[in-house]
Parts: sequence; C-alpha cells; structure tokens
Amino acid sequence: MRISFLDPGRWLGAHLGLVLLFLYLPIAVLIVLSFNDSGLPTTWTGFSTRWYEAVLTDDKILGSAVNTIIIGAISTIIATAIGTLLALGLERLTNNALLDGLVFVPGIIPDIVLAIALLSFYNLVFTGMLGLKLGLWSVIVAHVVFNITFVTAIVRTRLRHFDISIEEASLDLGANEITTFRRITLPIILPGVIAAALVAFTLSVDEFVVAFFTAGTTITFPIQVYSMIRFGGTPEINAIATVVVFVSFVLILASQRLNREQV
Amino acid sequence: MEPQRELIRIEGVTKRFGHIVAVDEVNATIRENEFFALLGPSGCGKTTLMRLLAGFETPDAGRLLLDGRDLVGVRPYRRPLNMMFQSYALFPHMTVYDNIAYGLRQERVGRGEIERRVADALALVQLTGFGRRRPHQLSGGERQRVALARALVKRPKVLLLDEPLAALDRKLRVEMQLELKRLQDTVGITFLIVTHDQEEALVMADRIAVMDRGRILQVATPDELYEAPNSRFVASFIGESNIFTGRLSIAGDAATLVGERATWSVAPGAPGRAGLVDGASAAIVVRPERLHVARLESALPVDHPTMDAGALNRVDGVVRDVVYLGSTRKYVVELSDGSRALSRVQVGQRGDDLTPGTRVSTTWAIKHGVLVPDA
Amino acid sequence: MGRTFRRLVLLGPGLGWWLVFLVVPLLVVFAYSFFQRGTYGGVVFDFTLDNYVRALDPLYLNVLWFSLRVAVITTVVALLIGYPAAYFIATRPRRWRTPLLILIILPFWTSFLIRTYAWIVLLNREGLINRSLQGLGIIDQPLPLLYNEFAIVIGLVYGYLPLMILPLYAAIERLNPELREAATNLGARPIKVFFTVTVPLTLPGILAGCIFVFVPSLGNFIVPDLLGGGRSIMVGNLIQGQFLKARDWPFGATLALVLIALMLVLLVVQARIINRDRPADADAN
Repeated sequence: MRISFLDPGRWLGAHLGLVLLFLYLPIAVLIVLSFNDSGLPTTWTGFSTRWYEAVLTDDKILGSAVNTIIIGAISTIIATAIGTLLALGLERLTNNALLDGLVFVPGIIPDIVLAIALLSFYNLVFTGMLGLKLGLWSVIVAHVVFNITFVTAIVRTRLRHFDISIEEASLDLGANEITTFRRITLPIILPGVIAAALVAFTLSVDEFVVAFFTAGTTITFPIQVYSMIRFGGTPEINAIATVVVFVSFVLILASQRLNREQV
Repeated sequence: MEPQRELIRIEGVTKRFGHIVAVDEVNATIRENEFFALLGPSGCGKTTLMRLLAGFETPDAGRLLLDGRDLVGVRPYRRPLNMMFQSYALFPHMTVYDNIAYGLRQERVGRGEIERRVADALALVQLTGFGRRRPHQLSGGERQRVALARALVKRPKVLLLDEPLAALDRKLRVEMQLELKRLQDTVGITFLIVTHDQEEALVMADRIAVMDRGRILQVATPDELYEAPNSRFVASFIGESNIFTGRLSIAGDAATLVGERATWSVAPGAPGRAGLVDGASAAIVVRPERLHVARLESALPVDHPTMDAGALNRVDGVVRDVVYLGSTRKYVVELSDGSRALSRVQVGQRGDDLTPGTRVSTTWAIKHGVLVPDA
Repeated sequence: MGRTFRRLVLLGPGLGWWLVFLVVPLLVVFAYSFFQRGTYGGVVFDFTLDNYVRALDPLYLNVLWFSLRVAVITTVVALLIGYPAAYFIATRPRRWRTPLLILIILPFWTSFLIRTYAWIVLLNREGLINRSLQGLGIIDQPLPLLYNEFAIVIGLVYGYLPLMILPLYAAIERLNPELREAATNLGARPIKVFFTVTVPLTLPGILAGCIFVFVPSLGNFIVPDLLGGGRSIMVGNLIQGQFLKARDWPFGATLALVLIALMLVLLVVQARIINRDRPADADAN
C-alpha cells in the first residue's frame, strides 16, 4: 500500500481495537471471575482457586472430560487419515470444481441438521435393526463427518505449495509409489497434517449440538457444561471455561506454528 | 568423443492431451555418448517427449526403445534413465548427502559403497563437503549441481535434463553450459537436454532435433542446422536469417526464385535437394554473414569472395540502422522492395564503416542461399 | 497402479463416509418428513403431507420469520463491523497481518457454548454491563439485556464475526492496490473510491462472509437456547423441541428440511452472483 491513510487509518485502527475488545472481553471476564472467591460477577471477595479445585474433584465433570477426550482422539485419528487421503485425491487426481465445493458442505451444514439426521439414521439402522445403543461411537462417527472437511481444507493448502516434481524425482530415482509416499510426500506434508489434526481435535472437544443429540446416555464434556449452565449456572463453569479457553488457545497456536514452518 | 551406436530409438510416438496432439508421430534416434538436444519454442512437445522417455507419461502410440527394449509400460523407477528436473526437485527435508544417496538406497546398495559413490558424485560437481547442508541453504547453482549429482550417481544410461539453464542468470548460464559439456565428456554417458534457447543448444549439443507443434522438423549437427536448415521455421528459429520468398521457376538446369519485385538465382541442384518442383512456393535463406553490403557507387569490392558477377544475387537498398556489437557490426538494410535485410561484417574488414542513410547494394553468393519450402 | 485404483483409495474413504453418514441420514430425514409420528414417539410409515401443511401454521411461520429476521440482522451487523476491521488488517504491512488475523480467529476456536455463556454473565440484570452502567450513573434500573432478541443477535454476532472477517480479508487483500490508486488519480475521493472500486470488487468475499454467518445463525440452537429465554425461539430450538421433547420426529424432519431448503437457495443465489461477475473462462483443457 503506497497511499497513506493516516486519518482513516487511525479510525480504522481504533475500530479494530474495539472489535478485539469485543471479542476478548467476555473471555477475559470469565477468566477473572474464575479466580473470584465469591464466584459471583457482582462482588469480588478475593483471589481463590477453589473453583478449580471443585472442578478437579468433581467426578461427573472428570468423567465427561475423559469421554470427550476419547471421542476427540479417535475421531481425530480417523478424520485426519481420511481427510489427508481426500486432500491428496482432490489435489492430484481430480479437477472438478463442483466436487471441491461439495467437500465444504459437511462443514457449513447447520449442526442441528446434522444432529437430527444422524439421530434419525442411527435410530433407524443401528438401534432399530441392530439393537445397538448410542454412545461414544455414535458421537465419534458424527464428529468425523464434519472434521474430514476441515482436515481436507488444511492439508490441501499445504499441498498447493508442494512441488510435484519432487515426487517424480523420487520415482525417477528408483522408488515406487508407496515408498515415495512414505519417504517423500508424507514427511513433507506432515506438519500440515498435524496442524489439521489439532484443529480437528479442538473442534471435536468443543462440539456440543451434535453430541447432544447422538450421545444417547453418554455425557460428553460440553453436554455436562451445558446442563450446568442451563440448570443454574455455578461458578465452576468459569473455571471450566478458563481451562477450555487456555487449552484451545494452546492447541490452535501450536497448529498455526506447525503450518507456518517451511520445511 | 565420437558418438557411435544407436542407444534410443523413438518410433512413431504420439501423445495427446484431450484434443491437443502434443507429440505427433515422432521418429528419432539418439546415439550412445551423444549430447543431444530437443530444441523448440514452448508448446512444441519437447518436454512431453522427454517425460515420455522418463516414464511420467504414456504414449498413445509408438515405441520407445532403449538398447532394443521397449520402455512403454515400464514404470519410471525401473528405467535406466535419470532426470534432472527444471525445478531441481531436491527433497527439502533431507540433507544433500541423503538426497544423493536416495537413489542408491532404492537399489539397496551397501552403506560403504554409498559413501564412496556419494563422495565421488559431490567431487564430480565440485561440491565436496556440502553433504550435511540442506537444500534451503544452497544457492540456485549449488542446488542444480546437487540435482545433477543425484541423477548421475546412479550411473544411468541416459541423463535427461529439463531446461537445465532456464533458472540461471546469464553469467552462470554460460559457465554451466561449459560445465555440462565437460561433465558429459568425463562421465561418458548420453545427455538428452530439452531447451528453448537455440544458443544453448548450439553451444552444447552434438546433434539437435528442432521441434515445432509436436513434430521434429530437422535433426542435425549445429553446423548443419545453421548452414543448411531444411525449412523456414528452422532457419528463423536458429540464429538470424534473411528470407526471400517467391515462386520457384525451373528451366532445365537453371532455377530462379521469382519474388514480387525481384528475381533471384538459385544454386544448381538446390531444388532437388529441397524436394521442390517447378512452381512451388519457396524461400531462400541467407545468413547475415553471407550477405555483403557495399556502397552503391563503388564497383564490386575487389576482395569480394566471389568475383564472378554471375555467381551473385544482388539487391539495392538503404542502410537504416547500424548496430555495434563489439567485434562485429550489424546493418539493418531496407531493400528496394521494402523488405528488411540483416548483414553482419567483422570490424576490420571492408564495409565496416557504413552509416545510416547510405545507399548500398547487397549481394550474396548464389551458393550461399539455402533453398527451403515456404510452408 | 491404475488411475481408478488410486482414485478409489484416496477419494473412497472420504466420499464413502459421507455417503453413509451424511447423505443417507439426510435422505432418512427427507423420507421421515412424509411420515407420521407414532403413538409413543417413533415413526409410523404412513405417507402423508400433513407435516408440510402443519409447517405452514402461523405458529411455526412466525418462528421461521423471527429466525430469518435475526439471521439477517446478525449478518448485516457482522458485515458492518467486520468490513472495516478486515480492511484495516489487509492494509497493514505484511508482517502484521497474520498475527492480527490469528488474534481475530483465536476466540472462534474456543467452545461456542462457553463463549455464549460468557454473555449470560455480561448481560444479566446483575451482570457486568448493567452493574458498570449503574455504577457509572448512566442508568438507574438495570436494562433488560438478556433473554430477548437483542441478546440473541449479540450472541450470534459474537460467535460468527471471525467467519465474516476472514473471507472479507482474503478478498480485500487480493485486491490490486493500483486499482485504488488509479481511481484516486482519476479524481475520485476516498469514499467514492471505496464504494465504486473496493466494495464491488470484493463482492465474492462479502457474499462468502455473509453466507458463513447467515447459515449457522439461521439454524443456531445454542444461542437462542441460552440467551433467548423461553419466548425468543428460533428454528433450531423448534427442531430440537420436536425431536427431544415432543418426540414428533417427522415434523422435526420437515422443519429441518425447510432449513436446508433455505440454505440451498442461498448457496445457489450466491453462486449465481459470483459467476455472473466472473468472465467466462476458456476451457483450459
């Protein structure tokens, strides 16, 4: 930009400042409140970590956290594998704009629609015909559905900068397709794949609506938090919120760093 | 090194992409130990032809014989050819050593031997000691040499080079031209290079195949291509040339080219050699060094190569521009029929002192005019 | 390694998973909308169009209308807030852009649930905003900021603002600065340049951002559930109610289909507008 935008620039800068304030104030408030001894937003009675202790000793919360981590880990592994293959396929083997667009649909479909669709499907096929109860697996399957989209998108951007003649060079030097994938392609796209996995994990761990419908009697962490919010907000929620925010930030920043590195 | 027996035979190879015919029934033979160039403008099919040889594309028709064995259907990793890619394609996550060793490891060569051969390869390209470095730490020229070493260390029968000098700056390019020639001499294997730069091809190659629109127009030594192009395209693609067009008129042994406003004599035997008959559209190609320019008032220059006036073609004109090129001068002359001619003269010879606006006569020996079809 | 085999290995798992766990379930929903609720919940497979007729009941149409209204307001507000922000970031020196973008996108990756909950704390009668305003003497009585349309819009804008900013940023950043300079050179003042050059040329980004905000807002469940109170419900809550409380899955399916239909219409309109602006590309192959 050569033209100087001094005056408008200052206003726009102030505007951005306000936007950032808007985005971070609610989060900041929760973090501050989580250390408030009284737990209420109305009065500050002193710095305390009691709410964190309460959270860490609450079996229900911990149990739901374990469920969520299991769901997150498994759905991430599956979605990352499938999404990476899909990204490779789309980038290398097809040139179909329609297909490229359709790949995004599972990511932008309203979560409630996905939730009830899967619930209906599960109920009809698995519970109805096979007598299976809903549980961790039904949420895992659901999370994979939208996570594939995000993994594919992230890995694809990495693939775009990938010089395909490197793979040809590998073939030329005597390695077959499988060896080339193992020794050349995969190591080079690995940072992108891991970054995508971190994103998928974060999305799965935070996901509420679809889990709410498809988990059956299983309680995931977001479901637990929802019921705590809905049926009388307790101060533990602030502590939980802070932890969740912190973990999310760390995961996403790690993902950013990985994806930025030039190998 | 005298190139001897036939190593590669390309027979009737055709490759289509959709409805574009990239390579159109191409035939060629490449000899052992030869430095062979595929030369042509972009889109002529030279890169496709090379990729067909390497195995990254499969021909729709034809055979690709290497040492008598048809390579069609053979995967790239099973062909005894290696390629140096235009983008060098070094593995970014490996050191120089591992890059070069990669091909040997695929052959399951023992560690000790790998060490020796990699060291030899690095010495060959003058990069000894660079083993631990990574590609992003190297300059463009260094990367290229690693790419060369990586391909050569496998001792292929043929080394394919895809536009090897395109990414280099001028000075480096000139150095690398000689470097590649030296390498080929040292290593003693066939080099097949793809390039759009005719100067490059002329400097490095033993033989050149000039391609245009999927077809090979002429395969010859640089000398032959320059002095005896077989078509207008080759004549204008290689070096500079003067082209006079018209209709061929044959009367017994004598032939003339009848242009719009002038007529030129054609060397005896030329129509036969060019396969042209009476009435055919043709062109005479005269290289600038063969076109002599002298002041109109002066008589025929005394030291003119061919004193016999009957052996010359002559057109009058006016010097429009003089280009000073160090050891030579280039004159741009506007001929009496409106067309432009180029003439080169060595500084120090007669005729090197003409100025723009001078009225001149341009002459060339009949035998120096190459007759080609006017496609 | 045949090309078809490779296609199968790479594209198969992804497309296969979606076929079984997305397309088929959506077809089930589509089918259900034509059936009836069983006595104890469940689905009775008697074909009927009653669900669609019922969906036209003013009761439900009102909810749909409300949802559309909220989604539109949210989108417009997000656009008005987001465009200047995106513009500012896009016109910073290169090394500032990524950090600023990360700052913008970071909150988005935190639990939507928790971010929405934060507004309960802020907008409450005894919440931070009311207390601060009262403390500053600006108001006497706490404002009803929560459990109404206002809260829902704030919650949605808060949740999806980053999704508006990113595509806007991408479109603005891609703009050739020389176009603006040329316009200025020809005599246009900055505001004119903005509306006649910048905005039209960033239209694809604007449309993308609007879709990214409108669609999830329209079908949103969490925000109206937590911030809307009982009276302000949107389509998402309706659907949830049918599936989990009233146990009338066929009707819930019908409502979901209405939502999907709206979404598809939007996407098609957006695609049309984008294609109309883009010059026809000659077939590269």
